[in-house]
Amino acid sequence: MSRPGRDDAPDRLYTLTQGRSRSGPDNPFDLVTLVVAECDPVPGMQSEHVAILRLTERPTAVVEIAAELKLPVSITRILLSDLLAAGRVSARHPRKAAVPDPDILEQVLVGLRNL
Amino acid sequence: MDSAISETRTPLSASADNGLKIVVVGGFGAGKTTMVRSVSEIRPLNTEETMTQAGEAVDDLTGVRGKTATTVAFDFGRITLDAHNVLYLFGAPGQERFWFLWDRLFSGTLGAVVLVDTRRIDDSWYAIDRLEKHGTPFIVACNDFGGPAFTPEQVREALDLDPHVPLVSCDARSRESSKLVLITLVEHIRALYADPARAPRQELV
Repeated sequence: MSRPGRDDAPDRLYTLTQGRSRSGPDNPFDLVTLVVAECDPVPGMQSEHVAILRLTERPTAVVEIAAELKLPVSITRILLSDLLAAGRVSARHPRKAAVPDPDILEQVLVGLRNL
Repeated sequence: MDSAISETRTPLSASADNGLKIVVVGGFGAGKTTMVRSVSEIRPLNTEETMTQAGEAVDDLTGVRGKTATTVAFDFGRITLDAHNVLYLFGAPGQERFWFLWDRLFSGTLGAVVLVDTRRIDDSWYAIDRLEKHGTPFIVACNDFGGPAFTPEQVREALDLDPHVPLVSCDARSRESSKLVLITLVEHIRALYADPARAPRQELV
C-alpha cells in the first residue's frame, strides 16, 4: 500500500482548495468528527466533494475520509468546511471536555469487554 | 475511485455520533500496527499530516521549496463500541518530530498505550516524557517478542516509571491480549479521574 498523497505535488493540493492551505484553529473538524452527507452529489461539483458525499452516506470519521481520498488531514478539513458551510454535510463532533464523562468511560469499558 | 472505496469499506451505523480516540505510541517495530490490526474491525488505514519545520501545519504549500515540509504518516483502526460510540485507535511513531502534531491530531484523546519492545527500551523514554508533560493518561504495555524476560521491576526502573502507571505485558498479535491492554488503559483513566487529587487536566486546543 502506498502512502496517501506521497507523490502529490503541493501545487495539486493547493488547487484542490482554491489556494487555501491552512485549516485554521477555528476549523471545527476533529480527526474523529463523524461526517454525514445531507445531499446527493450534483453535476459540476468538484470531484473531491463528490467523493466525500458518497463516502459519507453513512457516518464517516474525518480521518477515514482523508485516508480514502489519499489526502492530508488538513486539506480534507478544508474541503469538509466548504461542504459544511454549503449545508451539504453535517458534523457530529466528539464530546470534548477537560475531564472525560464517567458515563462515556463506562460505555467504553462495556463495549471493549463485549468485543 | 468510487468502486475502490465501496469494496473495502465497512460503514458505521447511522446512529453513530461520538468518536473517541486512543493512541498507541511506540518506536519503530514495537508492534503498533499489529496491535491496531488485531482489535480493529476495519483493515487498518494509513493517512498523513504535513507540517513545516516551524510546526505549523501546511502553512504555505507553494513556498515549501524554501522550507522543510515534513510529512508524518500514521495508521489507525476502528472499534464500534455501541450504537453511539466509535473508538478510533491510532498508531503513532514516538519520534520527536511527531510531537509537533500531537495537539492538532490527538487533542482530547482518552489516553495512550506506550508499546515497548524490551529489547529497545530507550525508544520509549521520549514518548513517556511527552505524555507526562501533556497530562495524557497512559499505561505501558511490553510487547512480548520472546527475547530475554525482564521483571516488571526492571522495566519500571529502566523507564523511570511513576508507580501509579500500570505496566502490563502483552502479545500485540492477539486480539484478546490487545483488548485487555485497552481495558487496562480505560480502567486506569477511570480511576485517575475518579480521584480529584490525581486527575490530569488535558489542555484542549
